[in-house]
Amino acid sequence: MSDWQPVIGLEVHAHLKTRTKMFCRCELDYGAHENSRTCPVCLAHPGALPVPNERAIELTIKLGLALECAIAKRAVFARKNYFYPDLPKGYQISQYESPLCGRGRLVIPTEDGEEIVGIVRAHLEEDAAKTVHAGGATGRSVGATASLVDFNRSGTPLLEIVSEPDMHSADEALRYMRLLRQTIVELGVSDAEMEKGTLRADVNVSVRRRGEDGLRPRWEIKNMNSFTFIGRAIEAAVRQQVAAHEAGEEVVQSTYDYDADTDRLTVHRSKEEADDYRYFPEPDLVPVEPPAEMVERLGGALPELPGARIRRLEPLVGFPLASELVSTGNERKAELLAAAGVEWRAAANVAMNRGDFLPENAPALAAVLGANLTREALDRAFAAAATASITADDYLSDAAVGDEAALAPLVDAVLAANPGQVETYRGGKEGVLGFFVGQVMKETGGKADPKVVNRLLRERLAR
Amino acid sequence: MIDTLRLTAEGAKELLDRREVSGPELFAAYLEAIGERDPELHCYLHVCEDSGGDGIPIALKDVIGTRGIPTTAGSKILRGYVPVYDATVVARCKEHGLRVLGKTNTDEFAMGSSTENSAYGPSRNPWDPARVPGGSGGGSAAAVSAGLAPWALGSDTGGSIKQPSALCGNVGLRPTYGTVSRYGIVAFASSLDQVGPVAKNVRDCAYLYSIIAGRDPCDTTTVESPPVELPHRDDLKGVRVGVPVELNEHEAIEPGVRHAVERAIALCRDLGAEVGECSLPRSVDFGLPCYYLIAPAEASSNLARYDGVRYGHRSPHAEDRLAMYENTRDEGFGDEPKRRILVGTYALSAGYYDAYYGQAQKVRTVIAREHAEAFERFDLLVTPTSPSVAFALGGRTADPLAMYASDLLTIPSCMAGLPGLNIPCGLSDGLPVGLQLIGPQFAENMLFRVGHALEQAIGFDVVPERLR
Repeated sequence: MSDWQPVIGLEVHAHLKTRTKMFCRCELDYGAHENSRTCPVCLAHPGALPVPNERAIELTIKLGLALECAIAKRAVFARKNYFYPDLPKGYQISQYESPLCGRGRLVIPTEDGEEIVGIVRAHLEEDAAKTVHAGGATGRSVGATASLVDFNRSGTPLLEIVSEPDMHSADEALRYMRLLRQTIVELGVSDAEMEKGTLRADVNVSVRRRGEDGLRPRWEIKNMNSFTFIGRAIEAAVRQQVAAHEAGEEVVQSTYDYDADTDRLTVHRSKEEADDYRYFPEPDLVPVEPPAEMVERLGGALPELPGARIRRLEPLVGFPLASELVSTGNERKAELLAAAGVEWRAAANVAMNRGDFLPENAPALAAVLGANLTREALDRAFAAAATASITADDYLSDAAVGDEAALAPLVDAVLAANPGQVETYRGGKEGVLGFFVGQVMKETGGKADPKVVNRLLRERLAR
Repeated sequence: MIDTLRLTAEGAKELLDRREVSGPELFAAYLEAIGERDPELHCYLHVCEDSGGDGIPIALKDVIGTRGIPTTAGSKILRGYVPVYDATVVARCKEHGLRVLGKTNTDEFAMGSSTENSAYGPSRNPWDPARVPGGSGGGSAAAVSAGLAPWALGSDTGGSIKQPSALCGNVGLRPTYGTVSRYGIVAFASSLDQVGPVAKNVRDCAYLYSIIAGRDPCDTTTVESPPVELPHRDDLKGVRVGVPVELNEHEAIEPGVRHAVERAIALCRDLGAEVGECSLPRSVDFGLPCYYLIAPAEASSNLARYDGVRYGHRSPHAEDRLAMYENTRDEGFGDEPKRRILVGTYALSAGYYDAYYGQAQKVRTVIAREHAEAFERFDLLVTPTSPSVAFALGGRTADPLAMYASDLLTIPSCMAGLPGLNIPCGLSDGLPVGLQLIGPQFAENMLFRVGHALEQAIGFDVVPERLR
């Protein structure tokens, strides 16, 4: 296995956060009743023409700038032709030879340096409608008695970001994917929620012997919508390809599906049957020529990007925590708590493990955290802080009992009541300590400070 | 009382303004004429009921989408299709009080030069019902000449307004690409399609153009155009008229057509114009073949939406998705759209794109440049519109290439995105001959001025002899 180097590239698709669709004025509303957000344009009635959504163009340029892409002086929309019931025009309006954003890169900070993933292009296109197959056992088209199409999604602005095949492990790919997602979300370009389908990825995987130049045939794993499965699918693809190469079998370039149940990839469609999309420049649209002032304005308004913030947090909490905080979107919480007086590293740990809270609650939560409360009390405080203003006093009465004078008699009573276990402990089985701790906690209704109880028990049992 | 054969739109407007006739009376007069002559000529695919109001009636080619009025583009695949919205040009006509008389016949998806490709049967030429009215907008042109509408809108991709106007003996304008909105027009070839007016004279044509022209936010390829000046001068003093040799001496041009055009050119001199020769060699040699790559390529994509999923014909004989597509499109499309979809799909295929579609687009630039050079010396160019007068029904249906050659002289300027005006310039064997005036981009006012002066000097009677 170590002889082989995985080569991974990603095509990431994100639904843009616009109010309306890419080429018409229909509202984007994911929860709306089927086919209630449609018009002649997104239903492809005869004579209807597309008009590009300017906000979508701005958002695409914004992300392009964050990825250090060359922004096109003249971008051209193109038609990608194929037949499917969810594609009303019989072609998708996309960009082909002249995308809005050209070459760029995403720099991913690491503990001992950085990983650089090249961006080939980022372009704007429209999503297809949604097909639902009814009447079949599997929910797939095979065996279905009817196919229903919901055109609400038809024409949703879609940003496609194509990376170079610069990643060499599932972990690297996930680091890229997470930082890219975080960048997209922070810039307000997309909600980028995989569960909701507003972020999807096609993953290209091949392997080659270490030191080998050039690339071997790749597998394309389509429409991945979970970080976990992306990682597993990459690992499965690498396993299967290495096995095939080592067995002298031919690895054929094609599209694969990841089957989570078997943790294996199965052929989706081989390249021989691949469509010829007959791309040509969309004659219904004039080329997009972003004015230099607009590009400059968008560039000037970019906030500090996630990669830079990881570097800024690193001295405060160490690299792993800094990276995790930023790429999981938990950084703001840590900042709020730190600003309220919680030590940075502790604040970071709390931020990683606790849900979101209203910023105004940060001082109260800081007080609660400093008071050595029981786990239950903390849970309640954070739960309440998520939706309403809280007062620290409401939780401080639940402070853990850490007073030795109060706890010592209880500890003595527990030991006196369990002479057998005391013998066992003294016989060398120190695991029994947990039993005693549990008994004391029970007596105090869970409020005893476990650290103090532990110390008192050890002192007495050592005698 | 109302002579629809002679009444111009301007004349109708005067009658209405002076309250000599009411809107409903005017509308009824046309319905009566339609009832009388349309059974023979078959100009209309759909005739509207009078809906009241006081405006001038208008006929619309059936590729122009009309809310609540069937729009079939002459195809079975759209039989019974009723648009939910008005094309921008229709909305503008309605804003000016114009009232839709009906939808006129067209070759299927505007693909043809005779209306014989209409799924609903051909229209006939009012000058001789045994002959075609030209195409694809033969229904609109024949309706105007036969007094079944004061004026009409057509659409022109490679000659579909100019050529039928030539064959029917009236005035038709293909405007500069981008001056009239295509929103709501059933698309054939998006980079070539233009809507334009058909009328009995140049002033009506200019007036109707002024109503429909202008930027439309729904069509990003449109631009604002110069204000229209209704022509009134009778002379051509200071106008430089160019005669492209290859387009006037082509072997396909019938002698009768050539003579009528030569007389019109001589008349230009008499009216004070400077006349000189110029050359457009590549436009003539490569215009037609390149057109027949670009137009089918775009059509193959534009016609993909007729798949039976959302509207229009859906084959009842389909077991699965693929069969639904295949049977729907096989049953719904006629031979000509199928032929062009095949050619266009081939031209766009991987490995052929550069050699065909890509190369044709480059040639298009060459054609545009060649015209631009000619306009450095001339204000406009004159040629015959059609190499022949109206031909017999069935005369060219067996040979698609002969039919394609009908547009030999109209295609080059269409490929260059230039405006072209047809005016009648005489008769050959008792049939109208059309003169084509080609201008640089946005030079519609120049075309109107020259067209109007020539029209006055020629004195052509636009009412077909057999109907006088």
